[in-house]
Parts: sequence; structure tokens; C-alpha cells
Amino acid sequence: MTSPNLLAPAARGFLVEARDICHSFGTTPALTGASLSVTAGEILAVMGPSGSGKSTLLHCLAGIFAPAKGEVWFDGHRLDTLSDDKRTEFRRTAFGFVFQFGQLVPELTVADNIALPLLLNRVRRKAAYARAGAWLPRLGLDDLGDRRTGELSGGQAQRVAVARALVARPKVLFADEPTGSLDTLTGEMVMDLLTSLAREEGTTVVLVTHDARVAAYADREVLVRDGKVINRADIQIEVSR
Amino acid sequence: MLSVVTVPLTLLGLLERQPSHGYDLKREYDKFFGRGKPLPFGQVYATLGRLARDGKVTGGDAEPGAGPDRKRYAITPLGTSEFDSWLTQPIEPEPHLQTVLFSKVVLALMLGRPAETYLDAQRAAHLQRMRELTEIKRAGSLMDTLLADHGLFHLEADLRWIDVTSARLAALAETVRES
Repeated sequence: MTSPNLLAPAARGFLVEARDICHSFGTTPALTGASLSVTAGEILAVMGPSGSGKSTLLHCLAGIFAPAKGEVWFDGHRLDTLSDDKRTEFRRTAFGFVFQFGQLVPELTVADNIALPLLLNRVRRKAAYARAGAWLPRLGLDDLGDRRTGELSGGQAQRVAVARALVARPKVLFADEPTGSLDTLTGEMVMDLLTSLAREEGTTVVLVTHDARVAAYADREVLVRDGKVINRADIQIEVSR
Repeated sequence: MLSVVTVPLTLLGLLERQPSHGYDLKREYDKFFGRGKPLPFGQVYATLGRLARDGKVTGGDAEPGAGPDRKRYAITPLGTSEFDSWLTQPIEPEPHLQTVLFSKVVLALMLGRPAETYLDAQRAAHLQRMRELTEIKRAGSLMDTLLADHGLFHLEADLRWIDVTSARLAALAETVRES
């Protein structure tokens, strides 16, 4: 009989999984045996202090980095052993990304930016813009479809970034400090939108943040410390008598 | 619900707006400040009785056909003065220099127990409570949001302390062992 741990993560109910991964930048270790499992539809917050390795973990899970050791699985596929081209293909078709800033093309309009992932996935132009336009009311940006994103406020730009990340209906949305450049109220508005839309779309979310108020929008949190992941289940207090 | 100390002052504040009956005061109190824990009628009337005895409100005569519940209360100048004074004075900031968490961490280090694990467990408990408050904000009114925000910011402050303390545990352990 096959051991449960030897099965592909999809067979065990996980959509995304890292198994004991290590990654370094030069001689500086960033991940030193990190393991993490994310269930389909779950919104997971990855927390930790600066330099703990949480962003590196996200980059490995999303196939941006291939870890030096360990395994990364997505939906039954082993991601870390795929070619760069194949991983790029996964990123384009199955993943969405929201970063702190800089992900929109400032010279393009709101509608252009939202339609872009669809156009890259060879959706026909008319259909792509129709789908992009349908997102505007959900973002509260009904009248701003023709506005260049370089002219938007920080909060408006992040709402567009959320739509752009979700428009192609990715299976996983990776968000790295998505509210890091926003004030508290605007950040809450963006998190409310991001998590509500992800739940409506059934999208799994892996959210890296150092902000507990942002993490509180997730279903569960893990802590990255010294390149390893600490799950809540790992925190066991022995009571001595 | 507000603390016992602030109930009389809150009733004074409601009376500052307009004279009112005990029943209406209770309804207003429960609506804005009760948060699922209504003020007992007995406490409303006992508090109004004490405020009347101290000259901060006047009870007026019972209205025809009604029992003592139908008294119409009004705030007096003394009551207004006390309420204004309370409202305009900043409350005492609570530095919490001797918190339970602090004591636990120091004792854990003294006894060679896993202080970091205790802090991790506390962080998880805090985040769970923050998730519950965030859900209240999602589903609740603006009043609920304001109250939940108050709780969230305080929990966040605790969490920052937990994170900084986690980072300083090694140095703190040395200090505890030396003394």
C-alpha cells in the first residue's frame, strides 16, 4: 500500500504544497527546510519578521524560484522540476499575483490592465475587454475604465491589481504585502475586496504579510521563522507536573 | 458593555441630549453601548436613584396612570458639569507595565521553560480573536466596526510586543539568568 506522504498533494486534498524546501541567495540561506500545505479554496496568511523567508517561500510556491532542495507541488504536478518555460506557463494560466506596488502598466488604462492577462492567454480582444469591464463595478471603479492607472490613487491601483490577478480565474492567487503601501482604511478596503472576490471565485489565496490585521482576513496563518514554517499544530506546550 | 464606573456617566450623557424616561434610557443605552449585554432595569433605576440623590438629575413627578417607571429624568447643572468634566478629560493611558504576558515570559525563562512556544501559542490565540473581530466588521454595522477596530488595534499592539519579545528572548534569558 502506498504511504500517504508519497501521494501527490492533490490526491491528499492539497492544492499547493512545499515539502522540506531549501533556498539560498549566494551563501545566505533563506529557506532551511520549509514545509507547507494549502487546501483548495483556503485563504492562508504567511507571516513572519523581515528576512524570515516568507516572500522567498511564496516565490518558490509560485514557481518563480526553483528551490535548491525539496519539492513544490501544485494540483498534482511537481513544479520545481519543470522547465522554466513550463513554470512560466503555469504562472500565466493557473496563478494570479498581487504585489505591494509596481505591477500595473501605468501608461495603459484600467480596462487595458485588467484585460491584459486574458489577452496574453489569447482570449479574443472583444471578449477580454467585456470580461474586464464586468469587473469594474465589483471594484467600485465603474467610471474609471478609461483612466490610465498611473493617475490612480494607491487604493484604486491595488483594486485594479486585484481584478487583474483574478480576471483569468486562476486557481491560486499569490499576494505579497498587498496593502503594504496603503493607509489602514484603504488597506482594509483592498483586503475586504480581495478576500470577498477570492471566496466568490473559489480561488485559493496565499498571502504574505507582516501585518496581523491583514492576516486576520485569512482562514489560517502560519509563521515563518529562520527559514522554516511553524504551523499552529506545531505549537505544542508540554505541561510539566 | 461599558464598565460599572461609566454607566452613570453614560446615562448623564444621554440625559444631556434630552430629558428621558428610565425605559427610554435603557433602550438607548442597549442600542449604542450594550453590545448584546443589555443593562438590567434594576441597574438603570438604581443608578438614576443615586444620581437624583446626589443632585445630578431630577426625577420629576410620576406621570398620570403610570408607576415609578414613568418618571421623566432631567440632568441638573451639577450633572452637566460632571459629565463635561469626564468627557473632556483624557482617560488614563494604561501602560500595562506588569502584564500577565510579561510575567509569563520572565518566569518561563527563569524556569528554563519554552518561552518562545508560549509566545507562539499566544500569537495564535490573538490572531484567532482578530479573525473573529474582522468577521464582526464584515457583517456588522458601523458601530460594530468601531468597537471591533478598538479591539483589533489593542490586540495588534500585543502582537507587536510578542514579536519584538520573541526576537529578544536570547538576550532576555541572559538578563534573567544573571540577576
